[in-house]
Amino acid sequence: MSAFRITIDPVACDAYGYCAELLPEAITLDEWGYPCVNGNPLPDELLAAAKRAARDCPRRAVTLQAKESAR
Amino acid sequence: MADTLATTGSYQLLGHPADLSGHVRTLGPLPTGSSPAWVDSFWSALGASGLGGRGGAAFPTSLKLGALNRHPGPAVIVVNAMEGEPVSHKDKVLLNRAPHLVLDGALLLAQASGAQRIVVCVPIGRDQVAESVQHALSERDRVAYSTIPVTLVRPPDRFVAGEESALAAWINSGRSLPTHRPDKSIPLRLGKERALVHNAETLAHVAMIGRFGAAAFRSRGLPEEPGTMLITISGAVAHPGVVEVACGTPLRDVVARANPTSELRALLVGGYAGAWVAPHHFVTPYASIPLRTIGASAGVGVVVALGTDQCGVCTTARIARYMASQSAGQCGPCVFGLPAIADDLHQLSAGRTDVQWRDRIERRLTQVDGRGGCRHPDGVVRMVRSALEVFAAEVVAHQAGMSCNDHVDTAVAR
Amino acid sequence: MNSTWLWYATRATGIVALILLTATMVLGIATVKRSRARNWPGFAQQEMHRRISMLSVVFLGLHVLTSVLDTFVSIGWASVLIPFTSSYDRVWVGVGTVALDLMVAVFVSSLLRARMKPGTWRAVHWLAYLSWPVALAHTFGMGTDAGEPWVIGLGVACILSVAVAVLWRLQATSRPVPASLPVVAPRERVAQHG
Repeated sequence: MSAFRITIDPVACDAYGYCAELLPEAITLDEWGYPCVNGNPLPDELLAAAKRAARDCPRRAVTLQAKESAR
Repeated sequence: MADTLATTGSYQLLGHPADLSGHVRTLGPLPTGSSPAWVDSFWSALGASGLGGRGGAAFPTSLKLGALNRHPGPAVIVVNAMEGEPVSHKDKVLLNRAPHLVLDGALLLAQASGAQRIVVCVPIGRDQVAESVQHALSERDRVAYSTIPVTLVRPPDRFVAGEESALAAWINSGRSLPTHRPDKSIPLRLGKERALVHNAETLAHVAMIGRFGAAAFRSRGLPEEPGTMLITISGAVAHPGVVEVACGTPLRDVVARANPTSELRALLVGGYAGAWVAPHHFVTPYASIPLRTIGASAGVGVVVALGTDQCGVCTTARIARYMASQSAGQCGPCVFGLPAIADDLHQLSAGRTDVQWRDRIERRLTQVDGRGGCRHPDGVVRMVRSALEVFAAEVVAHQAGMSCNDHVDTAVAR
Repeated sequence: MNSTWLWYATRATGIVALILLTATMVLGIATVKRSRARNWPGFAQQEMHRRISMLSVVFLGLHVLTSVLDTFVSIGWASVLIPFTSSYDRVWVGVGTVALDLMVAVFVSSLLRARMKPGTWRAVHWLAYLSWPVALAHTFGMGTDAGEPWVIGLGVACILSVAVAVLWRLQATSRPVPASLPVVAPRERVAQHG
């Protein structure tokens, strides 16, 4: 059972906020609407929601990495 | 600005003749070579020297070259003389006093990477530095010093324009926008070429190591942080200027070289993106690890002296305001967070804080830290955090309503 | 196939495609960025926008298919994609073809989104803003049901909803980007301080 990590490209991000809606366990919004990601690896139960967040982001700013390859 | 203060000791960048014939006469000819054996021995020398970048990131120079050489294809060496840090003048001085050292360093890296060209970047507005570079280039042309073409370009003079990915982006597309680079082992690209971007001072050290070897470089400085570094000293000193010191020289000895005019309240070390250091830490060596342990950063070689008659809070507010204006404008936490922090400091400076002021600024500092595409917001956060600690007494006084005569009463961000 | 049946199908699917296109536009325009907390599931609106746009392409396809298959009037396959080449009502069928071309461009670019630069995709997506008024013009220009009160009412409702969405979006930017702050001449300012 492997975990995974979420990274957000800060240059691409335009604060739509959908990632925080879909993954409140891992992403919260700062006072300006930009996402703060909890840096810990996330359990597989959240993978489906995370994939949805990556797919729904209008700026393609959200990417997922399997924990083994994350830096 | 006073003349450069010369240093003593066998290894030094400053103090050699600036003209080409004097340079070659004093330091010997440039080592040439391109065979794999030569490249290998040069690369080992760089690694053994322990040289790290002098542009602020201190990344090991040999690792950067190694990463570049692992990716095949044409390459270009970029000389970064942008020096966006307003209180730093070392690269200007270096290019005036020792342009051939810098150019030699670029040449050696070109030989070691197969690069076909060199680009020197001097910002718009620094015409005197540009002329010095042009003069050195024409000296070299006249004697056909090397076959690798060198071009001089003039990017805009903005703080982030000297960040290496922003510089590469400008050369590529005319826009100084840093790129988000989570993996720095993949070299920067200029179109089809890989780019090796180095600070001017780093290249000067490369030229010295290429001639005299790693041991010469290591003869000064600390074992873990060898060599010399150029430091710009300014502020409450009688003789502001650029000095060359061995890495690891205690801060108080560094600032003593410029003759402080009064008792000092604090030192700003590393530049506007560095950190404030309190008097009881003035014994700290100017080196990455010792400075990091006290919450500061070596950054770019800069020491600004703050006299006891000056206000650290108001100075910090002004610096934060400037740094906020220098955002590349790409990332929300920087675009919104830095002006908000600058506003908070402005309120403090004006003695107009509310009860939630401290919690708010602490929250904002945490939110902004590490969430930009480049290190610009991180540096501001570090500098402001250090100010809140070092100037704790002044913070309390300002929170109680004090405002200094010289606080800047400009319009706040909307 | 019964020509009359096809004729009704063309008109019906056309109207439905227009309504779905309007809904797609409204859902896409009425998004807000940089908002801290809200009770509205923005991700759901985004997903609806995508699904309804696909539905509108389906109905557009049916509209085109039935109109070409209908032998009562002559609209060849070529004029489905090449504007102003139909022998029947060259102008207004042509306008419809323009709308279709624009919608196809938007649709295809979204399918290939991962393979293109974000700026390119964004530029093509803005063509959608053009396809909607062109589709509206085609609907009323064709004239078949354009005189019917309910069709006129529908047209007005479409225009109003997009107008409202645009106005709402223009005023709803919840946080304006800070203007570049005045640069405090930094060089030696700290040094000369005091």
